Amino acid sequence: MANLFTDFLGIKSPNPFWLASAPPTDKQINVLRAFEAGWGGVVWKTLGSQIKNVSSRYSAVDYNGSRVMGFNNIELISDRPLALNLREIRECIRLFPDRAMVVSLMADNDRGSWHELIKRVEDTGAHGLELNFGCPHGMTERGMGATVGQDPEIARLVVEWVMEAATVPVITKLTPNVHSVVPTGRAAVEAGSQGLSLINTIQSVTGVDLDSLVPNPNVAGRSTFGGYCGPAVKPIALKMLTTIAQDPVTSRVPISGIGGISTWKDAAEFMLLGSTSVQVCTAVMKHGFRIIEDLCEGLSNWMDSKGFLQTSDFIGRSVPTLTSWEELDMNYHIVARIDPAKCIRCGLCYIACEDASHQSIALTPGNPYNTYTIKEAECVGCNLCKLVCPVDDCISMIEQRHGPEYLNWKEFERRGLPLNDH
Amino acid sequence: MIRENRLTAAEYAQNFSDIHPPFETRDAALVDANRCLFCYDAPCTKSCPTGIDVPKFIKQITTDNLRGSAYTILNANILGGGCSRVCPVEKLCEGACVYNLMEETPIPIARLQRYSTEKAMAGGWGLFRRAAPTGRRVAVVGAGPAGLSVAHVLARSGVEVTIFEKEPRGGGLMTYGVAAYKVTPEFCAEELDFILSVGGIGIEYGCALGVDISLDELRRSYDAVFLGIGVGLVRELSIPGETLEGVVDAIRFIYAIRADGYPAVAVGDKVAVIGMGMTAIDAATQARRLGATEVTIVYRRTEEEMPCTKAELDLAMLDECSVMWLTAPKEVVGEDGRVAGLVCRRMRLSDPDSSGRRAPVDTGEEIRLDVDMVIKATGQMPYGGLVAPEVSPAVEGIAPVFAGGDCVNGGKEVVDAVQAGKEAAAAILNYFAKS
Repeated sequence: MANLFTDFLGIKSPNPFWLASAPPTDKQINVLRAFEAGWGGVVWKTLGSQIKNVSSRYSAVDYNGSRVMGFNNIELISDRPLALNLREIRECIRLFPDRAMVVSLMADNDRGSWHELIKRVEDTGAHGLELNFGCPHGMTERGMGATVGQDPEIARLVVEWVMEAATVPVITKLTPNVHSVVPTGRAAVEAGSQGLSLINTIQSVTGVDLDSLVPNPNVAGRSTFGGYCGPAVKPIALKMLTTIAQDPVTSRVPISGIGGISTWKDAAEFMLLGSTSVQVCTAVMKHGFRIIEDLCEGLSNWMDSKGFLQTSDFIGRSVPTLTSWEELDMNYHIVARIDPAKCIRCGLCYIACEDASHQSIALTPGNPYNTYTIKEAECVGCNLCKLVCPVDDCISMIEQRHGPEYLNWKEFERRGLPLNDH
Repeated sequence: MIRENRLTAAEYAQNFSDIHPPFETRDAALVDANRCLFCYDAPCTKSCPTGIDVPKFIKQITTDNLRGSAYTILNANILGGGCSRVCPVEKLCEGACVYNLMEETPIPIARLQRYSTEKAMAGGWGLFRRAAPTGRRVAVVGAGPAGLSVAHVLARSGVEVTIFEKEPRGGGLMTYGVAAYKVTPEFCAEELDFILSVGGIGIEYGCALGVDISLDELRRSYDAVFLGIGVGLVRELSIPGETLEGVVDAIRFIYAIRADGYPAVAVGDKVAVIGMGMTAIDAATQARRLGATEVTIVYRRTEEEMPCTKAELDLAMLDECSVMWLTAPKEVVGEDGRVAGLVCRRMRLSDPDSSGRRAPVDTGEEIRLDVDMVIKATGQMPYGGLVAPEVSPAVEGIAPVFAGGDCVNGGKEVVDAVQAGKEAAAAILNYFAKS
């Protein structure tokens, strides 16, 4: 059986699954329940100067009957007294010494506040610190959170302050509300941050209530931009993660991946693109801590099936396969094939191809069932039909190479090869 | 013994309550609506005689556009509410659902259709508006599904419609000929009100063609006449004993249940129902529900050939009716002028003939059923000479006659009658446009 043990800058956890800094890690009662359920570690909800929250705080995006495809919050950092948080952190570490305890920090914008906060937190015995440079709402109006993460020079300065005081590993959490996460990532690493985590939430408006005409979440007839997370943001997070994993500076440090991780498959994908540990929040907000069981079992079974003995066998394995577009092989060509035995005659492939792609599917009328077949000469191999088909493996994409050798765009152009004639 | 009033009021209410409970909540409807794949050129739509755009109306449920959903249904089938209760969907839309090809449960289209149409009827949504009056007047004979369908399309087109109905209530077989647990009398009345709410349709009740009014009169007084008068005579068994007391035809039996109320309808202790169509099932199950202790359905072919759907057969089985396959009635035996038994012969199926049909052949083996009531449900005969949609053309000063529904097709589903009404309305409007 695969070994899920994770060592992140010396912060050890029995599995790579940490709870992200958020409401599930705000109190001892939650964290102890999480550890009892089997979570490998937590990033304690961000500590700083005590704040006050509003009501309501969350809103969500549902899709085709599935609740909370995306989730949005306007909550600030921990609204409980710092001393209480510190006392509970110490207690959680005492009760579960084998779990990772990282504490998220957002001090006021001066060196002294950071030094003071770091010292008090380190006194609890916490194993690492995560710098919250990403919270996109509320705290930004006070010059904190994403305001720091959006300016690499400010981020660099704050990390330098932190490194003067910190004796445990420091992870800088990056905001996605930037054109690229790399500049701030580099600044943090160059200033001494030993690890990076990403992504924080994405600024959003989840929707407008069509009765009250007020956007969600409604706070007495008004709303404010919130931070978006959950399954909907995963593809964006994976892209940003990859840019950090590929950059020569930021790739030097371990990464904790965050962004819509709900299943072991999501986790495996984040790890294949460079995450050493992964952080989960929204899935727990929706289902509770019990999801840790399948996260561990699923990942372990997949590792067994692939012959991976420990997570380091595959962390970052897929990073080199993401290249620039012009490195892609233009001789590679696939065409769709519909298995008539599996086809349920729903016509979804046909109408998608007809209205939105290359009119490459033929319809032979029947009553009530039409027959659909691929016009191979017209098919560009775009995958659309396969993507919309409701039946597994009904449509397969068959390789029909244009030529045997690897041929990228630069070479294609150099040889003056012909472009499409239609 | 044949007698009425076998059960308590509570038992009648229980036995005849709606067997297809609606979705209680929006969430429940959405679970199934969201399963719909939104097929292109959808098999369900192609399998609906009225061509309801099923994927569209289901999609509209998922987008909370219930008004649009109800319009999509009712614009194609003004009796879409009733059809959601009585249609044999296993052999129409739901039977064609592509999930069947996946060996998965099909979308409960009828139940979703009921969800949208019920909201529209309960809310009194005015989904249809009348065009400016054209000055044309049409007489419709029969306020059944075909007549109501033709009337609604014509009324929307600005035609003034008068319906002549021999019964005291509208709805035709929907009101008088279907098991009450499928469409309750209250629902039939609500649906009729909803249809009439478009305006421009008047109904003369208790007005029978050939008794109170003549076709000739109608042709002279209106610009066109539509006959939607339902099926003709019940097919006779032509066996000895058919006139004994206790032999009734299913149509009349079901009519009495709907017209007179449950306690007033007499039923035997042991009942034989002859036939295996939808009407036979409705008669058998309702005989049980009225308090008969034993009901046996007698059918001369096998389950392969039965005209009713599997779902209907299951209904009869759940009501503990027994079925005798390959059994044909030969004689109703009487005592003191009353039914005392039914003598049947065992049949076998012949080899398929050139059309592939296997005829029942008498094996000579005789069986006697100990029954005190026999219900005949062996079908009805269409009126000869009625050919849809235009029966007899206009002559100088005399309006043309159109016809549709059971009286033309010999007795099919409600949904077929609705479609026939739509086609007749199109033919009438086409005639008006040309004349």
